[in-house]
Amino acid sequence: MAKRIDATDVTAYYGGFKAIENINLTVEPKTVTALIGPSGCGKSTFLRSINRMHEVLPGARVEGSLTIDGQDVYDRDVDVTAVRRMIGMVFQRPNPFPTMSIFENVVAGLRLNGVRKKSILDEAAEKALRAANLWDEVKDRLGKPGAGLSGGQQQRLCIARTIAVEPQVVLMDEPCSALDPISTLAIEDLMFQLKDKFTIIIVTHNMQQAARVSDRTAFFSIEKTGDPGRLIEYDNTQKIFSNPSQKKTEDYITGRFG
Amino acid sequence: MTTTLTPRRSRPPAQPDSLRAKRLPGYAAPALAVLALLVSAGLVYGVDLGGPVLVVVLGALLYLAGLFAAANAVEGRRSARNRFWSALIHSALVLAVLPLASVVWTLFSKGTARLDGDFFGSSMNNIGARDANGGAYHAIVGTLEQVGIATAITVPLGVLCAIYIVEYGRGRFAFTIRFFVDVMTGIPSIVTGLFVLAFWVLIVSPWFNDGQPGFSGFAAALALSVLMLPTVVRSTEEMLRLVPAPLREGAYALGVPKWKTILRVVLPTALPGIVTGIMLSIARAAGETAPVLLVAGGGAAINFNPFENNQSSLALFVYQQAGEASKYSPARAWTAALTLVVLVLVLTVAAKLLARRNRLGR
Repeated sequence: MAKRIDATDVTAYYGGFKAIENINLTVEPKTVTALIGPSGCGKSTFLRSINRMHEVLPGARVEGSLTIDGQDVYDRDVDVTAVRRMIGMVFQRPNPFPTMSIFENVVAGLRLNGVRKKSILDEAAEKALRAANLWDEVKDRLGKPGAGLSGGQQQRLCIARTIAVEPQVVLMDEPCSALDPISTLAIEDLMFQLKDKFTIIIVTHNMQQAARVSDRTAFFSIEKTGDPGRLIEYDNTQKIFSNPSQKKTEDYITGRFG
Repeated sequence: MTTTLTPRRSRPPAQPDSLRAKRLPGYAAPALAVLALLVSAGLVYGVDLGGPVLVVVLGALLYLAGLFAAANAVEGRRSARNRFWSALIHSALVLAVLPLASVVWTLFSKGTARLDGDFFGSSMNNIGARDANGGAYHAIVGTLEQVGIATAITVPLGVLCAIYIVEYGRGRFAFTIRFFVDVMTGIPSIVTGLFVLAFWVLIVSPWFNDGQPGFSGFAAALALSVLMLPTVVRSTEEMLRLVPAPLREGAYALGVPKWKTILRVVLPTALPGIVTGIMLSIARAAGETAPVLLVAGGGAAINFNPFENNQSSLALFVYQQAGEASKYSPARAWTAALTLVVLVLVLTVAAKLLARRNRLGR
């Protein structure tokens, strides 16, 4: 059920500002792909344009073609909500819905899309929470508010919420940057397990993390502030971190720049 | 020119050797207060100018000055400033609470005289100047119906308008709506009363009323809802803006459509604040006299039908009874005022509880 993503000449704007230019990238199903690069180089923008979250901001638009198993997500007659159901997203800061309990948070995606039956919701909640390694910690307090959990638990709750709608692709925008090392480890373990079922794309500033969790790595960079971000190199993670073919990539991962 | 200019060095504050500092004894402040009051009383009554109010005001000023001087002498400048400003802030609090406490006290002391079954069970129909009984039943009915209808009109309209402005409105049109809502906030209630009188009572109502213009509680409700609308829109708007963007994005990323995100995620998150805004507007509307007087006309008899004939309201009842040439009417006015305040209070508390029930306990 995981799907392949092809980006061809993707260019994204914020109003008049061109944030990324001509990104060409193919993501294979059931892999983890890491997007790395200095701040402001357009990693998150690219990630957000994959599930059409980029256009949520006023004035933001995307050009080029982005296909998921051959279907262009930017086609005129594509339903945005269907795209987002197929391509889920986990954000930098955990954002559980404050008015909902843990249970309601997990099934929010199902419930708000019209699933009413209690038995289906119960089953989906348990499955998603187990998949997110959170079930044992919260199974006795599913009715308690999601905002009462610790930061790491909240982030895993948000992951559970994302995978409960059974997407094909999971996008993660620096999912561990607000978390401590232990919670980070829990989420990295989780990514290994999720790889069996989903295509995962993760934006991270932590190069060790990129090296640990990803199969392939894409390095983004900008010439100078105000320039659009470009894809510099995209290869197997092993290759990028041991023998990159571009000088810029090497400078970045060895810490000489950025 | 041989003078050497030594630049003034800005030194870091000297490090104290000890962490302890001299402090005024604990009894100093109250003792100073008593002393300041005594001195001020001596001065005021000595020159025989003014009474107890002047004593307190002068005493407070003397206390502030004395406290600053004493703290300055013993504890140093920083501490003196601290004491001075905290004393000033506390006096401001007392000044602000004083009128409120006085209003509540006056209401209760004067309003309880006629707080009886007769007051809540009868109207002013056929009550003459010499009759001690008579009540505000008709006015309570009027207030509840008018404010209820006004709320039923305003809340959906206002909340939807705020949702449009925050979630959908872009560019000049949304800006214009916001601007006119702001302008509406400043409209005096008598003007909305005149507007409804001219528009509804004189132009529209004759169509339903055999060509005769008719006063009604509904007309009053219309005027009240014009008054309530800007408050509801602005407070709802502010509350919706406070809902963090990541919550909306979290819902969008689950494939939830925008309208459902607003309905199920944004509105529940903002609900307690929205309810507070609505209650403020209801409280304001329930206390309005002018529009009710202009378009509902008042009246002494019980009228349950808000769409036909005159209706009264509690605020209007207070106004009329306060000016009535009868020795029994002031007591009725006070009791009606007390009833109005308690009514609004009960409504507010009930709404707050309802809104809280939706939130999960921690």
